[in-house]
Amino acid sequence: METKTSAQEYIISAIVEHRPGVLFRVSNMFRRRGFNIQSISVGPTEREELARITITVNGDEKLVEQIVKQLRKLIEVVKVSILDPKNTVIRELALIKVTAPDYRAKTDIINYAEIFKGRVVDVSHKSLTIEVTGDPDKINAFINIMKPYGIKEIARTGITALSRGEPQTR
Amino acid sequence: MSGAKAFVKALEMQKVDVIFGIPGGAVLDICDALADSSIRTILMRHEQCAAHAADGYARASGRVGVCMATSGPGATNLVTGIATAYMDSSPIVAFTGQVPRKLIGRDAFQEADIIGITCPITKHNFQVGHASEIPTTIKKAFYIASSGRPGPVLVDVPKDVQIEFADVKIEDHEETIRRPSNHAPHPLQVKKAVELLVSAERPMIIAGGGVITSNASEELIAIAELLLAPVATTLMGKGAIPENHPLATGLLGMHGTIASNRLIQEADVVLAVGTRFSDRTTGKVDEFCQDAKIIHIDIDAAEIGKNVEADVPIVADAKEALQEIHMLLQRKMAKKENSAWTAKIRELKEQLEEKANCQGELKPPRVMAEIRRILPEDAIITTEVGQNQMWAAIYLKAYKPRTFISSGGLGTMGFGFPAALGAKVARPEVPVVDIAGDGSFIMTEQDLATSVLENIPVTVIVLNNSVLGMVAQWQRLFYGGRYVAVKLGKVPDFVKLAEAYGAQGFRPKSLEEFSSVLKKAIKSDVTTVIDVSISPEENVLPMVPPGKGLKWMIWE
Repeated sequence: METKTSAQEYIISAIVEHRPGVLFRVSNMFRRRGFNIQSISVGPTEREELARITITVNGDEKLVEQIVKQLRKLIEVVKVSILDPKNTVIRELALIKVTAPDYRAKTDIINYAEIFKGRVVDVSHKSLTIEVTGDPDKINAFINIMKPYGIKEIARTGITALSRGEPQTR
Repeated sequence: MSGAKAFVKALEMQKVDVIFGIPGGAVLDICDALADSSIRTILMRHEQCAAHAADGYARASGRVGVCMATSGPGATNLVTGIATAYMDSSPIVAFTGQVPRKLIGRDAFQEADIIGITCPITKHNFQVGHASEIPTTIKKAFYIASSGRPGPVLVDVPKDVQIEFADVKIEDHEETIRRPSNHAPHPLQVKKAVELLVSAERPMIIAGGGVITSNASEELIAIAELLLAPVATTLMGKGAIPENHPLATGLLGMHGTIASNRLIQEADVVLAVGTRFSDRTTGKVDEFCQDAKIIHIDIDAAEIGKNVEADVPIVADAKEALQEIHMLLQRKMAKKENSAWTAKIRELKEQLEEKANCQGELKPPRVMAEIRRILPEDAIITTEVGQNQMWAAIYLKAYKPRTFISSGGLGTMGFGFPAALGAKVARPEVPVVDIAGDGSFIMTEQDLATSVLENIPVTVIVLNNSVLGMVAQWQRLFYGGRYVAVKLGKVPDFVKLAEAYGAQGFRPKSLEEFSSVLKKAIKSDVTTVIDVSISPEENVLPMVPPGKGLKWMIWE
């Protein structure tokens, strides 16, 4: 199934029944068939019986098509779509704990965080924890800027995404 | 009503007439409820056999097969049987007992996470949370097992759910499945397929198990005859076209016939129906049908493009798709004339017949031909796995759908005999014969007891060479003859073994003697084991070496 041509990132959005064991079935299908998950996020939707799983994978079109078809076979999967990145709102949340031993460093980091529309959510004598939301590129850029200060810990949610405009009915 | 009673009532609603299984602590209440039902419960001697028997029942009848086991080891023993059914898309529903709800997750006595364990080998599985859910869950299970691409479904029922009382009305449970059972064939794709077939000079058909599942043989043959296209079958598709039909070219792939494997390389348009292009069928996939346009019909959209790229994909039930193709074809073309292509089909087919005929007395190809001569057309043949299976697949012609039952995908040794029992329960009026190897038969031979005591008479023909024949063949051909762990040495005396269980056994020394005991066996009302001694050096040929393209077929 792997081909060398045009591997890129795809965002798959799946609406599933919101019940115990469904995430296992979905992730187990990926494991069994050897598909690699880049990131996965799960949460409830506007209907309490349904949840949305957002999965990003790296691969070519053929691979992603096969993943979508295999997902559709799962009984508890209600709907699967591949999101078009140009027409999708993509967000990820990251918490980044950065070394900030002195006043100078703290001020710099807070300034950078503001530029990135981040927020300081925790502070100690030697560190700051900043919350940033945005598309993964923005978060990566912020992390790069923080690197020289010394990153202690990072927690990222993996992306969650919705297509723009009216809900897709398919 | 107790959960167990509701359970049995729900099975009766599904018209279940037989359950293969073994009881245990966690299913005792269901067993007790079964005492008041007309459902026949057949005590097997191993849960693996219970699953295979349900599978054999399903494949022979086209209905859903049912098996049952207790929690823990009972449930885990089902796994091989469930995986076998999964790989071959066979509709079975497996019930397992489970420890009481409050003990789940505590590593209680005989607890196994059978939902987790069977997740990758079932179409779907359920754990019942409350007695009131039992009827709908069972209805769903049967629906899922039998609809679309069939497959096994497991339902796990905790012991306390069987005991608790609930107010359930069996009749008024609405269907709650969203999943459509099939798609209509896309008209545009059908049109494209027909255009390709009309313009084809060397059309060829590959018939897979899907043709049998959807009862599409008639349509398949009609199209083949209109196009004068040879029809090769996969192991699962064997019987989709009568193998005495002039256009039937037999098995395709690793142990494919010379005709099927040569013709497929020259075909310009291939119509593949209900097949998943298994590696055993295609050989090296990069070299498979490189120059042919491929039309692929499958009910499972995920099969299209999974292994082989299709030029014209049709996601649909095989019967519906073939009907529409046939209708359009008839309008667009007259029946093709005999041509160089049909001459070639004839010529290549003869080579195999010659090969079978020039074999010595008790050589497997001759034995297979003899079995065919003696069995009636509608007799059911099951096989074990290995050389015996491939000799049967190549040389034992099947004339009707659902008369050749074999473990294709998982290649499960020990499958044939319990599957034969299941098939015989489904079709008691026809003879059922298991073609076995000694290695396979000793894996599930304990169910001779079931066969005798439950009065399910079948015939087992053991091709006995005291080795694990197919592995020995690979070691001989591809590992320089270094035999490791393949010599069984002392296998039991199968005649005595049969007798020990109350069955009968024969050891014929000539083809003539073989014929006479086989005739006796298929009329007998007691299970018969026929022990046929063959050479351990015997190879199954033709063969394509593993990992090679079909053109690398070894013939002698």
